[in-house]
Amino acid sequence: MTEEKKTYTFTTRSKVVSNKKMTFMEKIYFPAIIKGMLITFSHLFKKKTTIQYPEVKRNIAEIYRGKHVLKRDDEGRERCTACGLCALSCPAEAITMIAAERKADEMHLYREEKYAKVYEINMLRCIFCGLCEEACPKEAIFLTNEIVPSNYERENFIYGKDKLVEPMDKDKRIDISKRQTTAVLEFKKDKNQSHNN
Amino acid sequence: MLTVTIDNHTIEVEEGTTILQAARLIGGDVVPPAMCYYSKLKGSGGKCRTCLVKVSQSSAKDPRPMPKLVASCRTPVVDGMVVQNKTSQEVLDARKAIVEFLLINHPLDCPVCDQAGECDLQNLSFDNGKEETRYEESKREFEVIDIGEQIKLHMNRCILCYRCIYTVDQLTEKRVHGVLYRGDVSEISTYIKNEINNDFSGNIIDVCPVGALTDKTFRFKNRVWFLKAMDAHRACTKCSGKVTAWMRGEEIYRITGRKDKYGELEEFICNECRFEKKEPKDWTIEGPRAIQRYSVISQNHYTNTKTPSVILPLEERMIKQEDYKRNRKNNFNN
Repeated sequence: MTEEKKTYTFTTRSKVVSNKKMTFMEKIYFPAIIKGMLITFSHLFKKKTTIQYPEVKRNIAEIYRGKHVLKRDDEGRERCTACGLCALSCPAEAITMIAAERKADEMHLYREEKYAKVYEINMLRCIFCGLCEEACPKEAIFLTNEIVPSNYERENFIYGKDKLVEPMDKDKRIDISKRQTTAVLEFKKDKNQSHNN
Repeated sequence: MLTVTIDNHTIEVEEGTTILQAARLIGGDVVPPAMCYYSKLKGSGGKCRTCLVKVSQSSAKDPRPMPKLVASCRTPVVDGMVVQNKTSQEVLDARKAIVEFLLINHPLDCPVCDQAGECDLQNLSFDNGKEETRYEESKREFEVIDIGEQIKLHMNRCILCYRCIYTVDQLTEKRVHGVLYRGDVSEISTYIKNEINNDFSGNIIDVCPVGALTDKTFRFKNRVWFLKAMDAHRACTKCSGKVTAWMRGEEIYRITGRKDKYGELEEFICNECRFEKKEPKDWTIEGPRAIQRYSVISQNHYTNTKTPSVILPLEERMIKQEDYKRNRKNNFNN
C-alpha cells in the first residue's frame, strides 16, 4: 500500500485549493448562472419568512421578557416600596429610584410606609434578563410580553413611573399570571409573609 | 494569666476577661455573635442570648462540663476552661432557636427599613437562622414615634437589647428614655413624650443592632448599599470628629461613627457632627473605608466619589497614546 500524501488543515471546514484546468462548460459560466437564478426564482413560490411588522405581529412566548410593569395590588395601591433590590441585582445598572415617605392621606395609593417617588428604567441599558423581577420581595416589578417601542430620542427610552406603573382600572391591569413561576406561587402560599394577600 | 481554649484555640488572658472577649482576642470564626453586648458600654450584655457557648470543661481543677450553655459575654474565664462555640452542634442548635425567638416580634419590613444592609439581626439570621417562620400569631405593634428631633423610633423592630439605654446613661448627663412595662409588652419610650436631645444622644442610632432607632435626616433617603462609606474628619470641639461619611457622588447622605468589625463604634461622635454637617466642605475626606467583603455594602460599584470622565477629549487621548508608544519603545531599547 502506498502512503497517501496527507494534507494538514487547521479546521474541518477549510478546503484544499487545487489549480486544475476548468472544462469548457465551466468556462462559459452560463450553466452556473442559470442554476443560481433558478434557486432565486424558486423562492418566489415559497412561503415568505418575513412579516409586515407593525400590522402583523409574530406570536411571542407568554413568558417573553419584554417591557417592565410595576404592579398594583388588589386595592389599587402600588406594591413597590423602593427597597432598591432590583437596582442592586441589575447587571446593567439600568434602574434608579428615589424613595419617599407615605403621607397620611396617601394610604390608598401606596402599600407600604415608603414608596418610590421616582422610578426609572433606562431601556437602552436594560438587557431584559429578569433579575429585577427575581429580586423583588414585594412582587412589584414584572416583565411583560410587550416589546419596548423604538424612538428617535435617547431620553425617551428612560421610562419613568408614568410608563411603568399599570393603570388603576381593574380591566386595564396587565396580566402577569403566566409569569408566576411555581416558586413564586409557593412563596405566596405562606401566609406568614405579611405582604401577601 | 489564665489559659482558655475556645474551639481548639488556646489563648492566655488576664483575670476578669469574659469568654466573649477572649474569643475576640483570638478572632475569626471563634467569636460568638452578640446582639446586646457592647464592649464600650459598661453593664451591657446578658440579654439576647445569641452568644451562648458550651463550656465542656469548667476549669483545670474541675474538669466537669457546665450543666447548661452559658452566655459568653457574661461568663468570666477560669483557668483551664475549655469552650466550644462553632464546634458544638448543641450551641448551633441553640443559636438557631434564639434567632427564631428574636424574630418572633420582629416585623418583616427589611425592604422598608433603613437599617437593611447593615443590620446585625439580618446578618445573624442569615448566618444562623432558618429560612421560614413557624410563628403564626400576630406580632406586637406600636406606632412609629419621634423621640427627639432627629431620631425616629420603630418600636416594632426593637429586640430590647438595652444598648441605647446604657449609651445615654454613660455618655450624656440625663436619661429621659427607658424601657417601660414588663415582659412581652415592654417597650422603649420616653416618659410622657419627652425629647432625647443631649449632645451625644445620636449615638443610640449607631448602637442599635436593628432598625428601631433611625436617623431622621437620612430617613428613606437612600439604601446603604448604594452609598460609599468614606472616612472623614473635622475639627470638633465636642468629639474626636472622626466619622464615616456615606456619600453618593459628591453628596453626603449621612454621617455615622466608625464601626469596627464587630459593628461597634470606635469612637462616639457628637450630634453636631452627625446631624448638622452634611456638606462635603465641612469634612476632610480621607478615603474609602474598608468594608467587609461579604457585606452587601461592598456590592456598590463606586470606587471614588468623583464622577469619572468617560470619554477623554480627542487631543488628550492621542497624546496619551503617543506617550504609551514612546514608553514602550524606550523599554524595548533599554
